[in-house]
Amino acid sequence: MSTITRDELVHVARLAAIDLTEAETDQFATELNVILEAVARVNTIVTPDVPATSHPLPMTNVLRDDVVIPSIPLDEIEAGAIAFEDGKFLVPQILGEE
Amino acid sequence: MVVSNTRFTAAELATQLKIGTVSAVEAVQCHLDRIDDVDGDLHAFLHVSAEEALATAREVDKDRAAGVDLPPLAGVPIAVKDLICTKGIPTTAASRILEGWIPPYDASIVRNIKAARMPILGKTNLDEFAMGSSTEHSAFGDTHNPWDLDRIPGGSGGGSAVAVASYEAPLAIGTDTGGSIRGPAAFTGTVGVKPTYGSVSRYGCIAMASSLDQAGPVARNVLDTALLHEVLAGYDPRDSTSINEPVPAYADAAVHGATQDLKGVKVGVVLEMVGNGFQPGVLARFYESLTKLQNMGAEVVNLSCPSFPFAFDAYYLIMPAEVSSNLARYDGMRYGLRVEPTDGRPVTAESVTMATRGQGFGEEVKRRIILGTYALSAGYYDAFYGSAQQVRTLIQRDFAAAFDQVDVLVSPTTPTTAFKLGEKLDDVLAMYLGDVATIPANLAGVPALSMPNGIDAGLPTGFQIIAPAKEDARLYRVGAALEAALEHQWGGPLLDQAPELTVAE
Repeated sequence: MSTITRDELVHVARLAAIDLTEAETDQFATELNVILEAVARVNTIVTPDVPATSHPLPMTNVLRDDVVIPSIPLDEIEAGAIAFEDGKFLVPQILGEE
Repeated sequence: MVVSNTRFTAAELATQLKIGTVSAVEAVQCHLDRIDDVDGDLHAFLHVSAEEALATAREVDKDRAAGVDLPPLAGVPIAVKDLICTKGIPTTAASRILEGWIPPYDASIVRNIKAARMPILGKTNLDEFAMGSSTEHSAFGDTHNPWDLDRIPGGSGGGSAVAVASYEAPLAIGTDTGGSIRGPAAFTGTVGVKPTYGSVSRYGCIAMASSLDQAGPVARNVLDTALLHEVLAGYDPRDSTSINEPVPAYADAAVHGATQDLKGVKVGVVLEMVGNGFQPGVLARFYESLTKLQNMGAEVVNLSCPSFPFAFDAYYLIMPAEVSSNLARYDGMRYGLRVEPTDGRPVTAESVTMATRGQGFGEEVKRRIILGTYALSAGYYDAFYGSAQQVRTLIQRDFAAAFDQVDVLVSPTTPTTAFKLGEKLDDVLAMYLGDVATIPANLAGVPALSMPNGIDAGLPTGFQIIAPAKEDARLYRVGAALEAALEHQWGGPLLDQAPELTVAE
C-alpha cells in the first residue's frame, strides 16, 4: 500500500494547519508509515457489496422542536474570548499581503 | 472516622445521608481531605472545586433538614473528567490549547448531576483530548496508579479511575471512544461502563470522534455504576444521536443480579478476543471467572467473530479522521490559546492558526490529526476511510450473529496489566494495541462494562462484558452476579488488596 514521504507529510501538516518543527516532521513521517502499514489490511477483507456504516445506530432527520432557546449571554462569551470588541470576536487580519 | 466515610460505596453513602448519620458537608469534606492527603502522589485531579462542592452540600443538608424530597444520590460527591464542560469551573481537555478556559455553559450530563444534587469535587486528568491509553499524554503531567505509583492508570480516563480507586471520590464520569473508561477500570481494579451509543448525551462533552464517543459511569462496584448511569442517561434534544426512549432500571438489574443465579443466561467467548498477545495471568483469571459464571448456571459458548481482528485497523482510521475534523475548531481565533508566529511570517489568521496549533497541541494529538487528515485526503479516501467504514459494517454483522446465539459476550478488558510509566511512550503501535479488546464495542455502538477480575503479579486485571445495543441492563445483571461470586472468594472488594497510600504531611 501507499507510504507517506516527508514532502507529503509537510503538505498534510499544512492542510491540517499545524506548524511542525523539523524534528516533529521527521518523527511523524516515520511513525505514520508504521501506523499506516498496520492498518492497511482494511481493504483486504471488504468487497464492493459491503455497505459503509457511518454511525453505530442509524438515525435520520433528527430535528428538535421549533422553539426559541436563549443563547449564552454575550458578556459570558466575552469573558472567555481571546479578544472581543463591539460584541464580536477580534481576530488577526484574514487575508495575507499577496 | 474521616477516612471511613470515604470507604462507603455510593449506595451506602446515599443511605447514610438519608438516615442522617453523615451530612452532605461531611461527605464532601472527607473526600476533599482525602484528595489533600493522597493526590500529591497520584495526580488524579487537574482542578479541585472545593467551594462549589461544599456550597452544593450545604444546600442539600438544608433541604434535607427542611424535609424536602431529594433525589437518591443527593449529597453523594462525584469527580468529572476534564473533557466535560462545567460552567464556571476550568475545563482544559488536559491541553495547553484550552488551558485556563472556563466554559460559559454546563454539559447536559453536568446539568443532570446538578439536578441529582450531587456535589462536584473537581476535574480529573486524562490524555489530551482523550487521546491515549495511559494518561501520559496529558499536558499537565502523568496520573499514577495507586496499585504501583510507577505504573500507568490506563487512559484516557486515568484520573477518574484513580479518583475512585484511591477513595478520593465514590463516583466519577468518564468518556469512552475506544476503551477510555474500560481500560483504566481494568488497570486500577474499578468498574467502568461504556453505555450504548446514544444512551448518555454528549452535549458539552468535548468531541474526539463523534461516531464513537460515549460518556459513562466510573465507580468501585457494579451497583454504583448502575445508579450513576441512571442519573446520566436520558433523551437530550441537544445531542442529535441521543436515544429518545425511557431509561431502563439499571440499578434494579444490578440488585437482582447480585442475589440471583444465572440459569438461562448464555455467555459467548469470542475466540478472536482471547488469543495472541494476552498476558498468561490475564487469561488465567478470565477463565477462572468463566468457570464461576458456569457454576452460577450460565451456559458458556465459544464463537468466532472473524472481522474483529480488523476492528483495530478500522478504528485507527475512522477515529483520527473524525479527530482531524472535530479539532479543526481550535484555531486561536475565539477562545483558548492564541500564538503569533515568530519566524517573520505576516500575522494573519492562517499563520496564527498554524502557530497556535503547533504550540498548543501535544505530540499525540498532532499525530492523530495529521494521520486523519492524510486518511481523508484526495486519492486515499476510498482505500482508507471508505474501507474502514465498510469494516465497521462487518463488525456489526459479527455482533448481530453472535447475539443471535448468546445474551452477552465476555473477554479480558485489556491484554495486559498496568505497564510502567514511559514503557510504551516511544512505541506508538504497542500503545495502540492495548485497546484491541475494547474497540469493537465502540465501532458497533454496543454497551460494555469492565470489572475487577483478580490479580496477576500484584496488579489488577479486568473482565469485560458486552451486550447488544440498548441492553445495558444485562451488563449490570451479569456483572453484579460475577462480582458477588468474586468478592465471596476474595473476602471483600478487590481494592481491599491494594496497598495503603502514603498520606501527605
